[in-house]
This record gives sequence, structure tokens and C-alpha cells, in this order.
Amino acid sequence: MEVNPNKHIAHSAHADAHGHAHDHHDHDHDDNFWSKYIFSTDHKMIAKQYLNTAIVMAFIAMFMSLIFRMQLAWPDAKIPFLQDLIGKWGKDGKLDPGFYLALVTIHGTIMVFFVLTGGLSGTFSNLLIPLQVGARDMASGFLNALSFWFFALSSVIMLVSLGVESGPASGGWTVYPPLSALPQAIPGSGLGMTLWLISMVFFIASSLLGGINYISTVLNLRTKGMTMTRLPLTVWAFFVTAILGVLSFPVLLAAALLLVFDRSFGTSFYLSDIFIDGAPLDHAGGSPILYQHLFWFLGHPEVYIVLLPALGLTSEVISVNSRKPIFGYKAMIGSILVIAFLSFIVWGHHMFVTGMNPFLGSVFVFTTLLVAIPSAVKVFNYITTLWRGNIQFTPQMLFGIGLVSTFITGGLTGIILGDSALDINIHDTYFVVAHFHIVMGSSAFFGMFAGVYHWFPRMYGRMMNMKLGFLHFWLTLIGLYGTFFPMHFLGLAGLPRRYYAFTSYEAFDTLININHIVTVFAIIGGLAQFIFLFNFYYSIKYGKKSVQNPWKSNTLEWTAPVEHLHGNWPGAIPEVHRWPYDYGKPGAPDDFIPQTVPFSETPESNTPHDH
Amino acid sequence: MNILLILAVVFGTLVLVRLANVAAIASKLSEENEEAEQESANRWNSIGMLTFLIVGLITMFYLIDAYAPLMLPISASEHGVAIDELMSINWIVLFITFLITQILLFFFAFKYKFNKNRRSFYFHDNIKLEAIWTVIPTIVLASLIITGLQEWNDITNKSDKMEGLKIQVYAKQFDFTARYAGADKNLGRSNFRLITDVNPLGVDSLDNTSSDDIISKELVMPKGAEVELVINSRDVIHSVYLPHFRVQMNAVPGMTTRFSFKPTLTTAEMQKETKNPKFEYVMLCNKVCGVAHYNMKMPVRVVEMAEYQEWLKSQSLVFPAAADSSAPASSSATAEMMSTSTTGTN
Repeated sequence: MEVNPNKHIAHSAHADAHGHAHDHHDHDHDDNFWSKYIFSTDHKMIAKQYLNTAIVMAFIAMFMSLIFRMQLAWPDAKIPFLQDLIGKWGKDGKLDPGFYLALVTIHGTIMVFFVLTGGLSGTFSNLLIPLQVGARDMASGFLNALSFWFFALSSVIMLVSLGVESGPASGGWTVYPPLSALPQAIPGSGLGMTLWLISMVFFIASSLLGGINYISTVLNLRTKGMTMTRLPLTVWAFFVTAILGVLSFPVLLAAALLLVFDRSFGTSFYLSDIFIDGAPLDHAGGSPILYQHLFWFLGHPEVYIVLLPALGLTSEVISVNSRKPIFGYKAMIGSILVIAFLSFIVWGHHMFVTGMNPFLGSVFVFTTLLVAIPSAVKVFNYITTLWRGNIQFTPQMLFGIGLVSTFITGGLTGIILGDSALDINIHDTYFVVAHFHIVMGSSAFFGMFAGVYHWFPRMYGRMMNMKLGFLHFWLTLIGLYGTFFPMHFLGLAGLPRRYYAFTSYEAFDTLININHIVTVFAIIGGLAQFIFLFNFYYSIKYGKKSVQNPWKSNTLEWTAPVEHLHGNWPGAIPEVHRWPYDYGKPGAPDDFIPQTVPFSETPESNTPHDH
Repeated sequence: MNILLILAVVFGTLVLVRLANVAAIASKLSEENEEAEQESANRWNSIGMLTFLIVGLITMFYLIDAYAPLMLPISASEHGVAIDELMSINWIVLFITFLITQILLFFFAFKYKFNKNRRSFYFHDNIKLEAIWTVIPTIVLASLIITGLQEWNDITNKSDKMEGLKIQVYAKQFDFTARYAGADKNLGRSNFRLITDVNPLGVDSLDNTSSDDIISKELVMPKGAEVELVINSRDVIHSVYLPHFRVQMNAVPGMTTRFSFKPTLTTAEMQKETKNPKFEYVMLCNKVCGVAHYNMKMPVRVVEMAEYQEWLKSQSLVFPAAADSSAPASSSATAEMMSTSTTGTN
């Protein structure tokens, strides 16, 4: 991966950035509110903007889930405060069935795109790529700021769509046409769906601007000595994630645009032979399956866009806190690359029973189950990293271990869903809901929490409260397993997802018990997040001041001063002399050797391998 | 109620503020005691890891035991039994993997907690280990893939060779209608432009094969017959889901999808099997299709062949008036022609 001409350019860029940084440094105090918080082009500020936006969005989406979970557990009960909360959709404490679908749809959209894509990549790629590769800032600070503001705009549009008269988009987060194309089919496919599509267009633009920036920064702005095989696994994960996004999001944009044409300009890409509202429609020759192919061509890589950054953050956190090198560094990079490649050729496993040719299904079974191999390698490598480690239990370490646990649990049920014959009977049941909430939702959130606890001192110069962190972790872990584990049983009993109530099915009456358990644990898990919310904002203001390298880490971000500077390092950018995982090296005086320490200074711990 | 809610939020926040203040003061008092604090955190969290593992596993086994009776009963179709067997094999493999990995994960986390007098084992690569855990999953997965695909091919290839009983399942918001081919064993053509209130399926009355077609709001199938569901939708995507038969296929506007299977247990037999005299099969819509999606269903009954023939006679024809003027059945016009595109099952 070594590209010499690039390196040359990189160095001159450093020199420029360096001088530039000094200019600015002198009048940093002149920054007013607008230039500091709103139009900032500093990657660290943009990372914080992303994180705070994501926290707001995550809480909104979580509230939605708690409302529909209550509906599912107590379909006949009246929820006292519902009408005050959502107005006419919750008249007299009864949730409207149409709005139930809207909640499910917007919950999914916000969580997948706005929190776990925008929030996760946006926060940590921005914060860590420049700091960990040794760059003054992103390749383009302006595009980076633009990326955030597109993200903020799309978030606002998505939230505005909640308030429209006919209700927000409600065809599920996958918005399959014809349901999403025809306002006659469901009220949410009117203005609400239009806003959903507009919001997604801005979101995709934001994601692309961010992605090309991450890629070019990793390729071009690495400091001297930072070869690709000395990059921390976090950066590798962000880098590959950005490539996935740049390759797959345009396809979603295409799918969305064709849907816009079908909805507004009378084309027939996805529509054909439709009779609705007492009249046949003129659309002819389209195929709803085409949309599904386009959607899942993004949709599956999207799963890894969500997951890979979480795995990257966890690799770093587990290694630092085990005081031990990550096991199989190159195998970890290899498995990221293999997963990324495979993610583009497995999308059909979402469509086994949608009418896709069964032979095509067979091909997708094969490619899908292959994903299990690099995933298994990653899990074994994490476990081996813990083995004979010297584990410091910090909140981030707990969340890292939690991620490995949920990644195993959810990954294994994926093998069942990826097997087309077995998928027939559990497709679109609660089994699927359980699977992806554990493997994608929980794992990505755990990775994100690990990241927040670990790099909070780097972001805000203060420490988060550890004890509240522990409480947050244990309640979240219990809450999520209590919520999502019993859902497997619901799915195996044949309970379909996206049902407002099961009261008209006598066969399902016995399952209401499980729904009670699920909702109670969801509420516990939800309440636990307020501990995090409080800890986060309290610590920004009152947390204990952080030292420069609080976790005794090797990576470059901890060589920069605690105070944020535009340009990151006050003097020259540090040079890198070794890989980032020299923890617990025999012979060394400390149990860590930062990347900036040359081998010439550590004769006592050098091995023949090092030369 | 609202006041209560606001009070709860306010008090919750106050409690957290107090807790954090106490914690902050405590940590300030013991600034030099940071190491001791981390040590206690290590001790309690590592015990937490082990406890979670043990309590978690016990709870899991308990839940499996408690909920097993609530799962779907024995499959009422031939291929469904094979699917269930395949599922059991998969569960065994996955469960063993699950136990090994989760136990190692939480046990290592418990065992190797920080000790300042110890160094971690500087161990970052081992080709042999890595080869083992790449190759073993590959072999296990290969066998799962092969058995799974054999089953999938058996299920999906059936419609080619079988001269089955064709039943159209026609979906719209928010119900299903079944159409039986009648004496000529062929479903008449249909076209969405012909849909009227009295002809909700848009069946083409000019097609000779349609005159003896029968429609029903209940799906009745004879035991032991190979049934081919010919699935259409007139508005949005729906899904024909028969959990007791391990059958699912989407209904897609503009194309025809199919699913062939053989019911093996009558409703009466299933009632005995489940020891539930009220047991009824049901067809559910399993693709979100609109506001009333959750109530879109169709009663399903499996009966002995003789009873089925009787039942069929009592049902109404698509065009009740046209029944007398039945022309000789044409064999060329089959169900395949009624749609603009067809699935790969053909």
C-alpha cells in the first residue's frame, strides 16, 4: 500500500498545514461563537458536532421504540401521557396503527443512518483519523464542515417529517415500493415520504463528502514513518468503511431518485399492474424487485458501514486495556478487507422469498455464509487478546467485551437467516428483529460507547465518571439481552414483525408473556441511557481534568496536548517508528511503548523481528 | 400524570447529580488513591463478568425450557419436516460454538484482571492457531451450506416436475382470496384492468378456462396433495406466510410468484397433535402493506381428499351466471400467461 509520490505530497502538505496552524494559533482567542462552534472546519469540533447530533437523534429514536414496545406488550392498555406526547396519533392514550408503522420506520431510519452511520463514522473518523495518522486536519476542512451541515440539515428534515399532517414515512425503513410510492396505499407515503427522500438525499451527500475526505486523509496525510501496516486498527476500519460508503451510497441515491420519479413524474421503474383505490394505474412494466436489489446493494454494505468502525474502536480499546498487543494484527486487517469485499455480493439474502429467482438465492447463500469465516477470525482474535492479558476494567473495556459477546450471539443467528431453506419460515419474523438488533444495533452501540468513554478525554479534556460508566454498562448489557434474546422465541413461534397488535390471532395469545418481558427490559435499557446522557454532559463541565495520556496508550492522538489546537500539535508533527500495539513488551520498563519511540531508544526490549 | 412524569424526570436528574457529586468528591479526596479505586473496579467488574456468564447461561437454559412448548408445532407439510431437521442440526452446531466462545470470552475477562506485579503475555501472532481457526469454521460452514442448499433446491425445484393442484392466492389491502382451477385444472387468465366490484380478481371471462374457476375466502387444501400456490397482488407487496407449513412467499404486483408444498396433517389431526381442540391453521400477511397489515389474514383448513371434493362443489364460481355456457376447456391458456413477468420457479 506504500505510494511514494503520495508521501511526497503529504509532506509538503504537512509543511503548509504547519505554518498555517501557527498563524491561527496566535489569534485563537478571537474565535467567536459562530466560527468556533458553527462554521468550524476543525476536525475535532466537527467530530463533537456529529456526536452531539447523534446523541439527540438516538434519544428520539429510542423514545419511539419504547412507545411501540409498550403498545406491543399491552395492546389494550391506555398509555396515560401518550396524547400529550404525540397528539392526535395517541388519542386517549391509544397509539394509532398507522403511526405505529411510522414510529417503526423512523426509528429504523434514524438508528441505522443518523446514529450508527452518521453518528459513529462521523464522530470517530473525524476525531481519530487526523490524530492517529499524524495530520494537522482532514484533507479538506471545508468539505468536512459541509458534510456535517448536510448531515444536520437532513436530520432536521427527518424530524420535521414527524410533524406533517398525513404522518411521516411509514413503509418500514426499507421503504419498499409500491407501498412507499403510492399515497393511496398508506397516508405516510404522501408528504412524509417526500421529506424522507429529501432527507436521505442530503444524508447521502453528507456521507459521500465525509467518505472521500476520510479516504484521502488516510492515503495522503500520514506522518513520516506511518506506513499502512503501522496504522491503528481504528483507522483501518474507518478507511475501509469510507470506501464501502463511497461505493454503495450512490446506489441508494439512484434507488431513491427512481422512486422520486415514480412518485412524482409518472415513470414506472418499480410499478406495474396496480389497481388501487378503485382504479387501475397507468404504470406498466416496472418491477418492485428492482428497488429491492438497488436498496440492498447499499443495504448490506451498510450493515458493515455500521459495524466495522465499532469493531475498529473495540480492537484498540481491548488491546489498550488488556495491556497486550491485539492478536493477529494483519489477520484483523485481512478480515476487515474480506468482510468489506464480501459485503458487496451478499445483498440477495434479504430477498430469498421476495420472488427472486431461487437459483440466484443459492449463490447468495454461498457468499453470505462465507462472511462467517472472517467474522470468526475476528472473534477468536479478540478472545486470544484477552487470554493472559492484564485487564484494566474501564467502562470502555466493558463495552468492548460486550461488543464481542453480542457480535457472537447475533452473528451465529445470521448463519440461520443466511441459509435460504431455513429463512423461509423465519423471514420477516421477530427472529430477524432479534438478529440484527443484537449483531448490528447492540454491537455498533457498544463500539460507539467504548469509543466515547475511551476518547472522551481526547474530546473534552476531562474524564467521564467511571462508576456511572460501570452502572451504564451493566444495565445496558442486561437490558439488551433481556430485550432481544427472547425475541428469538417470538420469531421461531412465527410472529411477524411490523404488526401493530397480535390480538386477533388466538394462536399467539400465549406469547404475550414474552412481549411483556421484552418491553420491561427495553425500558430498563432505555432508562440506563439517561445515566450515560447525564455522565456525558456533566463530565464535559465538571469532570476531572484529564492528563495527556490517561490510558497509557501508544497511539499518536495521546501525544497531542490536552487543550485543543487548530493543527493538533504545537510543534512539529511527531514521527512514527513502530506499530501501535507494543503493550507488555518483555524487557521494556513500562508496559507500553508509544509509536513515537524509536527502536534505538529501546535496546532492552527490541526483538530480532523488529529490525 | 404529567406532573408525576415531570417530577420523576426532575428527581431522577437530581439523584444523578447528587451521585456524581458524591463520586467526584470521593475521587478528589482519594486523588492519590486512584490506583486503589481502579483495583476495586477491576475486582468487582471481573466478578461481574463471571456472574453474568453463569446467570446468563442459567437464564438462557431456563427460557429455552420454558418457551419450547410455545414454539410452532410439528410441521404440517412434507418439506417443513426437512426444514425443521436442518434447523436442529444448525442449532446444535451454533449452540456449541456459542457456548465455547462466550464462556472463553467472559472467563478470560474474569481470570486475567489487572495485577501490577504481572505483565501480560506479549503474544501477537501465531500462524498455526490462526490457520486452525480459519480452516475449522470453513469446513463446518461448507457442510452447513451444502446441506442447506440441497434442501433449498428440493423445495424450489418442485414446481417444475409436479402436476400439482393449482390454487391462486390473490392479495390486496387487506385480505387474501383463493381461486381454484376447477375441473379443467387450469386457472383462467386475469388482468388488473378487468377488476370490478363483482370481479375483484380481474378474471378474464373471455378465457374459456376461467368459467369453472372457483373463488373462496378460505384456503382449503386436501391432505397429501401437491399444492402449488400461484401468488399475485393487485396493489402493494404482501407476503403469503403459512408458519405451520413452513411456507412463505411474497405477493408482488406485476409478477407471479409460486410455492409448492404438500400438506400432511389435516386440521383435525393437528388439533390432536397440539392437544388444542380449537387449533386452526392461518395464513398471515408478512410484508408490511399498510395501516391494517396486522389484521390481514386468511383462515386455512386441511381436510381429507373426499371432504375437499365435497367442499369444492359447494363453493361459488368466479362467474356464477356463466356456468351454464361453459365452452370446451382450452389447455393452452394457463396461469402463467396472466402476468407480465414470471419468477424463476418456472
